[in-house]
Amino acid sequence: MANIRELDVNGTRRRIDADAGRTLLSVLREDLDLTGTKYGCGEGQCAACTVLIDGQPARSCITKVGAVAGKRVVTIEGLAPEGRLHPVQEAFLEADAMQCGYCTSGMILGAVALLRANPNPSDAEIVSGMNGHICRCGTYPRIIRAIHAAAGKGGRA
Amino acid sequence: MRRRDFFAALGGGIAVLLAEDAGAQQGGRGGRGGQMPQDVGAWLHIGEDGVVTAYTGKVDVGQNSRTSLTAAVAEELRVPVASVRFIMGDTALTPFDGATAGSGTTPNMWPQIRRAAATAREMLLDLAAQKWNVDRSSISIANGKATSGSHTAGFGELTQGQKLIKTISSDVPLTPATEWKVAGTSVPKVAGREIVTGAHKYPSDTRRPGMLYGKILYPPQFGAKLASLDQSAAEAIPGVKVVHEILASPRGAFGSDVVGVAAPDSETASKAVAALRAEWTPAATQPSSSDVYSYFKQNAEGGPASGAGLITYTIAYLAHVPLEPRAAVAEWNEGKLTVWTGTQSPFGVRRELMEHFQLPEESVRVIMPDTGSGYGGKHQGDAALEAAILAKAAGRPVQRNWTREEEMTWAYFRPGAVIEVAGKANPDGAIAEWEFHNYNAGASALRTPYHVPNAREQFHQTKSPLRQGSYRCLAATANNFVRETYMDELARSIGMDPLAFRLKNASNDDRLRAVIQAAAERFGWANRKKTPNHGFGMAAGFEKGGHVATCAEISVTNGEVKVLRVVEAFECGAVVNPEHLRNQVEGAISMGLGGALFEHVEFAGGKISSNRLSRYRVPRFADMPAIESVLLDRKDLPSAGAGECPIIGIAPAVGNAILDATGQPVRSLPMAPQGLVRSAPGTV
Repeated sequence: MANIRELDVNGTRRRIDADAGRTLLSVLREDLDLTGTKYGCGEGQCAACTVLIDGQPARSCITKVGAVAGKRVVTIEGLAPEGRLHPVQEAFLEADAMQCGYCTSGMILGAVALLRANPNPSDAEIVSGMNGHICRCGTYPRIIRAIHAAAGKGGRA
Repeated sequence: MRRRDFFAALGGGIAVLLAEDAGAQQGGRGGRGGQMPQDVGAWLHIGEDGVVTAYTGKVDVGQNSRTSLTAAVAEELRVPVASVRFIMGDTALTPFDGATAGSGTTPNMWPQIRRAAATAREMLLDLAAQKWNVDRSSISIANGKATSGSHTAGFGELTQGQKLIKTISSDVPLTPATEWKVAGTSVPKVAGREIVTGAHKYPSDTRRPGMLYGKILYPPQFGAKLASLDQSAAEAIPGVKVVHEILASPRGAFGSDVVGVAAPDSETASKAVAALRAEWTPAATQPSSSDVYSYFKQNAEGGPASGAGLITYTIAYLAHVPLEPRAAVAEWNEGKLTVWTGTQSPFGVRRELMEHFQLPEESVRVIMPDTGSGYGGKHQGDAALEAAILAKAAGRPVQRNWTREEEMTWAYFRPGAVIEVAGKANPDGAIAEWEFHNYNAGASALRTPYHVPNAREQFHQTKSPLRQGSYRCLAATANNFVRETYMDELARSIGMDPLAFRLKNASNDDRLRAVIQAAAERFGWANRKKTPNHGFGMAAGFEKGGHVATCAEISVTNGEVKVLRVVEAFECGAVVNPEHLRNQVEGAISMGLGGALFEHVEFAGGKISSNRLSRYRVPRFADMPAIESVLLDRKDLPSAGAGECPIIGIAPAVGNAILDATGQPVRSLPMAPQGLVRSAPGTV
């Protein structure tokens, strides 16, 4: 399979040399050192690996890097340019919506995408929108609270 | 680095070492450059630049110990939280620690760190009094500065280039909880910003120059033995190094052969392992998840119990499912080994590595970055050992991150169990007879907290077909489930309300009564209204220094159980951090719901079939009830840990609510893996 030479990540064109069949997750983590995106299951079941591709949430563990050539990829590292936290990041801190924090990158990007599609979601809409994400520490009620708090504060990124 | 070398490297300032056993030390006698005690539990250093660094062998796996310990230093040393740095779980830099386990950090390490900080504060007072020639009582310490009249100085200025080392005993007085200003408040998670920005480096995020990615070829079945291996196709892949090491004694179900690869990226490593052609000799017949319960009883040491009228419960094995699977990076440098790994026992992992490679203590360093959870499931050093074997053979650093399937197959499990119970309540509500047997799971919370004369309670050692180990609250979840659901059957047998029945029999435990009453009051137990297909249940217990009571409301629709509302009252002495405590309580309820309703490990023939998240259901957003926590803050009692005890109430509370809704007791965990209808327990 042809190799992919370039990836648009967090607003920057990054040079890579990766087999197109490799997962986006492994290229981000191993070739570009963007380790904020996490491996959790490898089968799209936990959403720890969530990134935004052209603004849409995607499971990078089951996305081939060949499928994202020419598309804009945003990872958790791209959400707070120049250290200014995204409102969803602020809200997660404020609500203490984490314990170990391993699911947090994926949760935050999932929440950013949810709020962009639905700026003021109800509890039920948050539950159905976020149900693909697993927080094994069980901070779900706090994540719901954080998403409500961030609602209406804009879904930039 | 040896400890004494470390202190030589520290430079000027104050170092306080806390000896765990005052009797073995020259208690309280300060000294400069004195002998390093061997049983130091914690230490703290204030540099000439005023930087405060504290050291502990404890680790943070999400329970927020880094934050609580940092707050302890800030409290006693009167410095801002942000000015304290904590080195945790690094065998070269921190004092020895057995393990982060048993909810031990708060009752044990937290007061030690406070004593070290309090001593440093007193030393600073002495230095300031000497420097300014003023009375000690005229000096106040606040916000990282000492002040007396017109004099003021930062901590670093006070030490004046001296190196002061003091060894203290454990009887240093501490600031009482009623006077806390930082401790006891909701200090935010100290690493929070790194986490929400993706900057925090978990063990699996460790990167070293020239690092390769490793993978191990595991047997297709627990205990299968390697019969032949052809590694030529794997070796033909560019950049791949194949390793085959035969151990002197087998590594449990992994066997004696360590076969693995190191490759430039993880996917090439996976391809290389797939290209290894191995033949295996199958292991002997092994019990399955459906016949394991009779296996437990058949293999009980001393034979099974023979009491009359015993009712049988079954408890499934559970997987911890830490969202970050086991991970390690190993690096060799001139015969010395450094490993970064996610473990609750960095010193235990060091011991494993020392034994395997026949190395002295100072040649092995284990570093534990704050890790993607543990829940009692990350004590062994399997990934660390594999990374170190591969790195040694490859001559380069190697990362060995387990996949989800590997994590859910080759890690250890929370034990399954058979539990038998019998009892009798008098018409006035007093429990007259009580007999209780646990096979395999363990003795945690085996004894009833209720007042029962002549209770007969026994833990029966037996054989486990699966590798098993610690889990949040160990066997207390299983034992509390059976005891508390059977309590409701006893209450029913005499027509007594479950609340009144518990309060009557908890007459000897005021702390237990307090949480029961607090939960019932917030829940509105007295005013609950029975409607069709709805049920209400409660449960209580104590473990690891905490007391818990849980009330639940559920609905049952066509056998499907939905938990609607949960109120949990929790008391663990003086509250260290209210918001983080609530977070633990909520998280424990969430995790406990999984084991209560649907989580169970399925296995047969030495293979785990529930080895993925698509085959092993864990709680999700949609499973969450409305949760209210009620914290009883007992400032008159020492603080106890909270990572475990809050998990024990939810399963029996839900079980009792099902009994209330359906009239039928549920005698297995999980209670409703495919709904109640098909939840018949395995054969015993």
